[in-house]
Amino acid sequence: MNNFLAFTGPDLAFTDVLPLLIWLGTVCAVLLLGSLVPRWPRGTWAVVTAASSVAVVIQQLFKWRDIGREGTEAAFADVVSVDRFSVFGTIIVAVALGLVALVTHDHLTREGNDGPELYALFITAAMGAQIMLSANDLIVLFLGLETLSLSLYVLVASNRRREQSQEAGIKYFVLGGFASAFFLYGIALVYGASGSTNLTEIMGTFDTTFSIERADALLLVGIGLLLVGLAFKVSAVPFHVWTPDVYEGAPSPVTAFMASAGKVAAFTALLRVLATALERRVDDWRPVVWLLAVASVFVGSVLAVVQTNVKRMLAFSSVTHAGFILVGVEAAAHTGSNGMASSMTYLLLYTVLVIGSFTVVFVVAGKGDGATSLDDFRGLARRRPALALGFTALLLAQAGVPFTGGFVAKFGVIKSAVEARSYALAVAAMVAAVIGAFLYLRIMVSMWLEDPADDSSPAVPRLAGAVIVSTVAFTLFVGFFPGWLLDAAELISVYRVGAAG
Amino acid sequence: MLVSAAGAAAGHSASFPILSALVLVPVLGSLLVALLSDRRPEWVKLSAVLSSVVTAGMSIWLLASFSTHEGGFQFVSRHDWVEAWGISWHLGVDGISLFLVVLTGILFPLVIVGIDPHHDEKRYLAWLLLLEAGVMGSFLSLDLFLFFIFFEIVLVPMYFLIGGWGYDKRVYAATKFFLYTMFGSAFMLVGIIATAALARRDIGYFTFDLVTIAEQSSFAVSTGRWLFLSFAVAFAVKVPLFPLHTWLPDAHTQAPTGGSVILAGVLLKLGTYGFLRFGLYLFPEAAVWAKPLFLTLATIGIIWGAVAATMQTDLKRLVAYSSVAHLGFIVLGTFAITSQSLTGSVAQMVNHGVSTGALFLLVGMIYERRHTRAIAELRGIQSVAPVFAAAFMVVMLSSIGVPGLNGFVGEFLVLIGSFETARWWTVVAASGVILAALYLLWAYQRVFHGEPDEANSTFREMTLREGALMLCFIGLIGFTGIYPKPMLERIEPSVDRLIEHVEKHSDHRAPEHASDHGKEEE
Repeated sequence: MNNFLAFTGPDLAFTDVLPLLIWLGTVCAVLLLGSLVPRWPRGTWAVVTAASSVAVVIQQLFKWRDIGREGTEAAFADVVSVDRFSVFGTIIVAVALGLVALVTHDHLTREGNDGPELYALFITAAMGAQIMLSANDLIVLFLGLETLSLSLYVLVASNRRREQSQEAGIKYFVLGGFASAFFLYGIALVYGASGSTNLTEIMGTFDTTFSIERADALLLVGIGLLLVGLAFKVSAVPFHVWTPDVYEGAPSPVTAFMASAGKVAAFTALLRVLATALERRVDDWRPVVWLLAVASVFVGSVLAVVQTNVKRMLAFSSVTHAGFILVGVEAAAHTGSNGMASSMTYLLLYTVLVIGSFTVVFVVAGKGDGATSLDDFRGLARRRPALALGFTALLLAQAGVPFTGGFVAKFGVIKSAVEARSYALAVAAMVAAVIGAFLYLRIMVSMWLEDPADDSSPAVPRLAGAVIVSTVAFTLFVGFFPGWLLDAAELISVYRVGAAG
Repeated sequence: MLVSAAGAAAGHSASFPILSALVLVPVLGSLLVALLSDRRPEWVKLSAVLSSVVTAGMSIWLLASFSTHEGGFQFVSRHDWVEAWGISWHLGVDGISLFLVVLTGILFPLVIVGIDPHHDEKRYLAWLLLLEAGVMGSFLSLDLFLFFIFFEIVLVPMYFLIGGWGYDKRVYAATKFFLYTMFGSAFMLVGIIATAALARRDIGYFTFDLVTIAEQSSFAVSTGRWLFLSFAVAFAVKVPLFPLHTWLPDAHTQAPTGGSVILAGVLLKLGTYGFLRFGLYLFPEAAVWAKPLFLTLATIGIIWGAVAATMQTDLKRLVAYSSVAHLGFIVLGTFAITSQSLTGSVAQMVNHGVSTGALFLLVGMIYERRHTRAIAELRGIQSVAPVFAAAFMVVMLSSIGVPGLNGFVGEFLVLIGSFETARWWTVVAASGVILAALYLLWAYQRVFHGEPDEANSTFREMTLREGALMLCFIGLIGFTGIYPKPMLERIEPSVDRLIEHVEKHSDHRAPEHASDHGKEEE
């Protein structure tokens, strides 16, 4: 009570938000220098952006070690949680940002409009993602969500010479605005029911036993709306309808970023809200997540099969992947399961996979970013054997074939679901994976077994090539030696009241 | 008494990890082939041949140094792989897997040396070697997880082999093959994880180790049955068992000759081997419970396959359906669970691999010469190519199961063993033997007898290379047919061990086995 009367300012531990500060500095530098000095050597912006990512990854690795010594905590008046969960998530986002920045350079060079703006927006989006995944307060979470979303709206529409890009931007903006509104209303209702927006405080207001007289209806609707908002961002069925259009219309590097960092931010936020604030209401949200997961894996894979555009196929496949991660989230609802670790592993591996895949699509799409139909991939193995081989490895990984990172990811979530005795969910997900495999086979058939429509072979820019090679190498490496990653994921924990250390 | 509980101890303290080498040499060969330049085809071929021959040599060495009267796993090599998930690189061989490994080792070099892919030889050889590694790994794995990934990885090279080098409807057939098998494995993956998760209670730690789980854990009756069924779906698709067999005629017919030989020779055995190793061994109670179901499906498969084969107009499709029938015998013997029937099943797996592989090879040769597989268009080949016809005759008789050739050994043991525990199923299945004679002899008559018409009168006689290739197959057919003892005496101890394990965990009693006991006690 004393604290309430004698106001003391929050303890500002700036090292806890160092990733944000690094990225903020980079954004300012990029924008300022870009406008002050018009001509810079080619590639400056990509290198600077990638370097900021590397800096963040290094800083976060130190943080990972420090948390091992000092335990989890919350900073900035308990609105930012410092735990291995956020460190792991931040590393994924930073990796995504770095890889996408390299591809963006090739994208801008090919389209002939190099400039610092896109990089600044990417970094801002990454900041939003970082805020989301470390937020310990619903309001801060919402701020992160909006920072991420607003940057993405602009990024999606950034190719001004392509009409679909504009269209996708508007679609995403309108629908995303709705989702944000739902989310915000959810925050308000949860606040009404619990009296707080702080995640750990919200958790404290629930007893392990149920009490009907507390405003339960308010809370349930609030939880529902929060789930709608976040399910929209992770593109889980039935909130996925924007995904194919936006993924198809957006420039390929932006699509890669949305499918990777965007999903990571939304999933980590979802996991954190569910696992801390609503931990004691698990029986209320678990069935919802169950339904979302089953709907996503099936609708995603079935609709993916009937597409004729590779970008749309991958968009629907990302819906399936979201469903798989939700399987892990559902498993996390059971005590004693490692659903959280497996979901986070999945997110990391999927990030690498999806960026690699969309980079291949970017390369094949050619100038104008338009040639993404299945026919454009015909006979790619004859025209560009190495590119086709790399894409095949990535697609097999997405299908979950052994000795790839994709298999490790899928196996992890299925394993945690089975251990949590969600057998039906595990079987449903695996059956859906078989349907989904047909999609990857279709692309592979087109690349390997059909004759090319013409002899033109797409130019593979150097940086994009490097991104493809490194994503394939990482995927295969994890496929053979997953031990270190699984061990690290086992250490992931979320900040809780009184659970420090 | 035979060694029981945790008898995984290596019979040999082999310093050289021969089993790991059996898996890794083809992988390295495949990588080497893939990395060599397209412009040096002779180097590509040479390295592929060398790595497959080295593998074959090692498998024969394995056969020679296998200790005959030992029922447990030999040459065991075990290393932790993913400790967080209790996964280990655990390989071992016993009498059940030994001959399948040897068969794999021998078939691949024969296919690589003997059959031309006609185009893109480098990729073809790379996929083939990768396939060999996957098959070897599946037969040798003693870890559920390891088995699953080898079982799954086999699909990828086979998919590309059918899709890339097959006939007209190859893409359809390849996709069907991939999706069918993957559908089965979807259930098995959940089953495997559930098995490990549930066995943890008995074992105390999380492990996928087959031997540890089978020997140390016991599942509740209904749990065990569910788990068994989840494995059984995957194996039933792979075998394939009626009514999940429809992928097989398509895959076989559209696959290139080399692919068909491998598919029939070793790939289908993954399913029947799986029933033995992971069905009976892991879930004895459930396997005994499911006996009537699988005996019935097997018997239907025998009759159905035979009747369907009789009606085929395409020679390759006919052989494919005959596979469905033959594999029915293997499943029949497996689920009859007597010493003789199981030994017969294992022998039949190997023998079917040799004789049906040879049949596919011969059909491939006919296609090379005539560019058709339609029985109606072939006539009177015997008079223009007598040696070819003779080779076809021998292989066909072995497939029918004529005494003195290898097909008889397995089929006879299966029938005689099954008669004790599954009398009426065996009675029906035995008529399948007659049907086999019917459709194969009728096909032979239509293709080889009569006067050759104009198109068939130029049918080329067997070349020296083809002759040498067929000689290898016929040698195997004749040797096993006349002197099966070396094979059977290596299979039997492991089979007896398995039956003992089943009897310990269920109320099943095998009659032959009881008399064995009597002998031992004397």
